[in-house]
Amino acid sequence: MAVCVAVIAKENYPLYIRSIPTENELKFHYMVHTSLDVVDEKISAMGKALVDQRELYLGLLYPTEDYKVYGYVTNSKVKFVMVVDSSNTALRDNEIRSMFRKLHNSYTDVMCNPFYNPGDHIQSSRAFDSMVTSMMIQVC
Amino acid sequence: MEGLTLSDAEQKYYSDLFSYCDIESTKKVAANGRVLELFRAAQLPNDVVLQIMELCGATRLGYFGRSQFYIALKLVAVAQSGFPLRVESINTVKDLPLPRFVASKNEQESRHAASYSSDSENQGSYSGVIPPPPGRGQVKKGSVSHDTVQPRTSADQQEPASPVVSPQQSPPTSPHTWRKHSRHPSGGNSERPLTGPGPFWSPFGEAQSGSSAGDAVWSGHSPPPPQETWVSFADTPPTSTLLTMHPASVQDQTTVRTVASATTANEIRRQSSSYDDPWKITDEQRQYYVNQFKTIQPDLNGFIPGSAAKEFFTKSKLPILELSHIWELSDFDKDGALTLDEFCAAFHLVVARKNGYDLPEKLPESLMPKLIDLEDSADVGDQPGEVGYSGSPAEAPPSKSPSMPSLNQTWPELNQSSEDTAIVHPVPIRMTPSKIHMQEMELKRTGSDHTNPTSPLLVKPSDLSEESKINSSVKFASGNTVDGYSSSDSFTSDPEQIGNNVTHQRSHSGTSPDNTAPPPPPPRPQPSHSRSSSLDMNRTFAVTTGQQQAGVVAHPPAVPPRPQPSQAPGPVVHRPVDADGLITHTSTSPQQIPEQPNFADFSQFEVFAASNVNEEQDDEAEKHPEVLPVEKASDPASSLRVAKTDSKIEEKTAASVPANVSKGTTPLAPPPKPVRRRLKSEDELRPEVDEHTQKTGVLAAVLASQPSIPRSVGKDKKAIQASIRRNKETNTVLARLNSELQQQLKDVLEERISLEVQLEQLRPFSHL
Repeated sequence: MAVCVAVIAKENYPLYIRSIPTENELKFHYMVHTSLDVVDEKISAMGKALVDQRELYLGLLYPTEDYKVYGYVTNSKVKFVMVVDSSNTALRDNEIRSMFRKLHNSYTDVMCNPFYNPGDHIQSSRAFDSMVTSMMIQVC
Repeated sequence: MEGLTLSDAEQKYYSDLFSYCDIESTKKVAANGRVLELFRAAQLPNDVVLQIMELCGATRLGYFGRSQFYIALKLVAVAQSGFPLRVESINTVKDLPLPRFVASKNEQESRHAASYSSDSENQGSYSGVIPPPPGRGQVKKGSVSHDTVQPRTSADQQEPASPVVSPQQSPPTSPHTWRKHSRHPSGGNSERPLTGPGPFWSPFGEAQSGSSAGDAVWSGHSPPPPQETWVSFADTPPTSTLLTMHPASVQDQTTVRTVASATTANEIRRQSSSYDDPWKITDEQRQYYVNQFKTIQPDLNGFIPGSAAKEFFTKSKLPILELSHIWELSDFDKDGALTLDEFCAAFHLVVARKNGYDLPEKLPESLMPKLIDLEDSADVGDQPGEVGYSGSPAEAPPSKSPSMPSLNQTWPELNQSSEDTAIVHPVPIRMTPSKIHMQEMELKRTGSDHTNPTSPLLVKPSDLSEESKINSSVKFASGNTVDGYSSSDSFTSDPEQIGNNVTHQRSHSGTSPDNTAPPPPPPRPQPSHSRSSSLDMNRTFAVTTGQQQAGVVAHPPAVPPRPQPSQAPGPVVHRPVDADGLITHTSTSPQQIPEQPNFADFSQFEVFAASNVNEEQDDEAEKHPEVLPVEKASDPASSLRVAKTDSKIEEKTAASVPANVSKGTTPLAPPPKPVRRRLKSEDELRPEVDEHTQKTGVLAAVLASQPSIPRSVGKDKKAIQASIRRNKETNTVLARLNSELQQQLKDVLEERISLEVQLEQLRPFSHL
């Protein structure tokens, strides 16, 4: 389903990025990077007063002809970016939301691990990996 | 000699040994030779044996009496345990394992020992398990390393023999070690390792393999304070940490034994014997873990925060990545803190990892924290049950659900129960009445003109079809009901079942209005309606007929009024004949006419009279509108007669007649009203009441006019007689009218009551 999943830290560097067709990784990385601008734009658009009301799910950030990029931001300004294939028309908004929810849950589990230093690359969590794999596995 | 206290197992064991030694069957003395053999088989150094013999008093006595023998055996055990041989140690050392007497020769004995130890294990006593001695033997600076193997074989032999007993206690060292050890039954060493799993054997294996190296390692490590190596992980090189852990634990046990802690012995025993399930935590281990937990968190029911756990486990020198993974596995509820169970699981995993075991991908069943209660940690016995129970949710890898572990177990039940409840919930029966009521309410709201908003109206059309107006009204009602239903459908946001039931009932109601419509209202309205219909019909018909007949109330038919005006001219023509009195009547009555607009007859004739009088054309004008309703109520016959009496007014009456006629036409419209109204609402009652009032007014007018009649007397007897006759006639007419009106009044009141009852019955539903 998802072609690429990325977790971006508050300072806008990637904590975790993984894409399925591994050959085109660079393209996905680039897409994720550019989508950060859109994310920031959406965050700032709400204004400071609305931080509490701001919804975590940002929705479709921008579509390209091949792919659609969805965004989700946590209250600690950690961003999740997901790139999905445009041809996968069956994906509904609810599904994207649920995928982000799962991502968020896994991320919090990783955070709970005392052996994980916030800001580190998320490489140690097999559970997180497996969860991401499950999200991406249908593509192939 | 001091008194010797022996446990049952020991007692039995000793007695058997004694009997074994008791070649001569003296039952008193053990043959020295045998005894010596036995002691030699104990693999104790000779000096130790000598010491034992001396201590037990045999040296003194020169022979081994039973007591001495027993004491000696005990001392052997003590010596084998590594305790210093002292007389006091016989009794002070608690839970001393049975002395081992190994050797090919003594295989019987060893088997005995094995059986005894197994028995002891069976009995649950903690004495006499073989493995620990080997450990202890190993601890003995390698001197008995060779020897330990043999005991171990026996131990192995014994252990497989007692696998069934209690998995936790001595989970048998499965055939692996047994085989392995049997491979080198004698003093062997060497083979490194473990063919199979069994993390805890590995240290032993390694230790064995090392009789040289291992021993060196062991011996090297034995000195360090046991607890340090076990706990802190810091002192010893990582690879051997586990090794040290075990010898350390052994040492722990030895040292602890000096402190008289029985459980540690069991721990070691169990450690080595956790074979079938490599991940199973033995009692000793668990106890150890619990102790460690206590050092961090005194409350066993409490949590160890992540940071503290991190520090603790970092000491194990495992790479952070692995520690992170261990944490992931063991923190079952993903709360960033470790409960006792989680801690034990994590500790266990660390131990295993240190042993060279790869971390599992999922948390093994035996390490799953107790799902139901996180309280009792020491109850190992419950583990299998709970382990098995937790096995299913365990399959789901580190469950991603944020719910507590306890919820995992309950999920299946919850699901089932929810399913059950889900199945139970949509009980349509319950809901429908309310839905129906809601429909009714809807219908009530939508069908404003209908007092009976529900199905009965749909059904009733047939009954009501008798009158076109009623038909129209009913159709309106039906339309409303349909609308009401549809609106109520849209109104219901409940599950489809309810909707289905609603529709079902709707159809039911459509088909059999009386029965299905579960809610009483439908039936109720029916009877009332039927009643009303019947009565109304009757009433209406009666009234109409009565009106037609009496001509008083021109309800139904506009017809009667028409003929009245048409007839009116006739009688009007005749009226002038009798106009005198009437004129006077009219002259007098006009004042009253405004009061009684309804009675067409009298007002007519009053009007006529008034018109005849010419004086009161104004009044006429006034009267006309009043005439209209009066005409309605007028009795054609009486009007005729009245018209007859009104002769003088002929012209004007003629003039007025057309006016009356024209106005008479208008009354045609109102007459139908009462009929329709009756069906509709209480509002109908008002016009009827009005009519009644009008009628009564007319009556009053008539009555009022009557007194005026005698005044006119004076001119003609004939006129008087005529007037008398007329009066009588009017009297009869009025009486009839009165009776009819009374009846109408009764009917209307009845209907009102029925409507009120209906309203009250429907009212409770409005509160839904």
